[in-house]
Amino acid sequence: MTRIALIDYKAGNLTSVRKALAAVGAEVFTPETPADLAPARGVIVPGVGHFSATVALDDEWRRTILGLVGAGRPLLGICLGLQWLFEGSDESPDLKGLGVLSGMCRKLRGESADGTAVKVPHVGWNSLERLADAPIVDGVPDGAQVYFTHSYVAPVTADTVTATTHGERFASIVQRGVVAGVQFHPEKSGEIGLTILRNYMKMVG
Amino acid sequence: MLSKRIIACLDVRDGQVVKGINFEGLRSAGDPAELARRYNVEGIDELVILDITATLERRRALADTIQAVARELFIPLAVGGGIRTEADAALAVEAGADKVSLNSAALAHPELLTTLANRYGSQAVVCAIDAKHAVDAQGRKIYAVYSRSGTTSANRDAVEWAKEAEERGAGEILLTSIDRDGTKIGFDCEMTAAVSRAVSIPVIASGGAGKLDDFVDVFTTGAADAALAASIFHYAETSVHALKAHLRAHHIPVRI
Repeated sequence: MTRIALIDYKAGNLTSVRKALAAVGAEVFTPETPADLAPARGVIVPGVGHFSATVALDDEWRRTILGLVGAGRPLLGICLGLQWLFEGSDESPDLKGLGVLSGMCRKLRGESADGTAVKVPHVGWNSLERLADAPIVDGVPDGAQVYFTHSYVAPVTADTVTATTHGERFASIVQRGVVAGVQFHPEKSGEIGLTILRNYMKMVG
Repeated sequence: MLSKRIIACLDVRDGQVVKGINFEGLRSAGDPAELARRYNVEGIDELVILDITATLERRRALADTIQAVARELFIPLAVGGGIRTEADAALAVEAGADKVSLNSAALAHPELLTTLANRYGSQAVVCAIDAKHAVDAQGRKIYAVYSRSGTTSANRDAVEWAKEAEERGAGEILLTSIDRDGTKIGFDCEMTAAVSRAVSIPVIASGGAGKLDDFVDVFTTGAADAALAASIFHYAETSVHALKAHLRAHHIPVRI
């Protein structure tokens, strides 16, 4: 069992995430304060809902998490947690993200380049278009489908491992060193989702 | 491209799936966890557990059922039936439901949609609407909404109620046609399209599924984002896999 810190900053219920992490052999604990993070071999920032919820991850949390990342402990952001890895989001312009990845998150436009309308929020199963190889997508076939539910997206950058298209193209999986993020819900994405969580656990070692 | 979702509904009473089930190889035909596992293997995109006899003393049994289904299932799970208060919703969510579906309670207390959206996020809040074709006092055609399992008129139009539910924080609409429910003559594509085009959130069509082409119709002319069925799958009249192959052959994006 490997000790993973699952950060609960009250952005949605974590029952499903806990269950999926248990299924891949993670021993999960929920730190009450940044000081509790010390024994963590890896850190997971989940979350659904509004970017403003990340206000709970204040400077002390950020410093501590950045310190762990600097020490080589893998960090995984899920959904809102992925967006938090970037510099910020138009959803809450006054808040900063962790800033370990460059770019700003913004709302899906709700239409494709040819003007075809798509619904926002983006809810349901959509495919992963592989742009680069990375440990987080080991064994995940190009075109595999996963479950999304969100309205804001991160841009496709050099750190993008897979992109997904809903009207426009956005980053669905990112990885830069020990920092990884997924815009979808691996805990709700069947076997593909569990594979991605297992890959994260392998990164933790 | 975003796939159209196929959702199976399990009607559960006292921890057992009711409505006939006819799968081969199930140890206990009425065991929701075993049926859920079967659907998952077949490629279902999502499951709904509908507690059809939800009463206060039976809520604990429902939580046990949710836990049993959620334990080994890693796809979205919605729970509906008898969720009347924030506490009812909390019990379902803590047991492992990803979404709670509100019907009569949302009509009686629309602010509950907002309360739950604030607590769990809109993605966790489904507003279930049961409606049928009707004519209002001015002679205009409407889709009349009914509560309490279709027995009580809510004096509202489904399109207008769906828009309000979206504004109040619902993340999805589960739209059931009372006219079509149980008939197997096809979904009510006209009503589904009217609601789906009026809101930005996904609309799940329900009621009337009988043959594979009914699903093609509801995803094209019905503009549905997802379709829900129960008995067509339980009786193994068709498998989820065969349905998805049929949809794909008709150029409808699905997860296979």
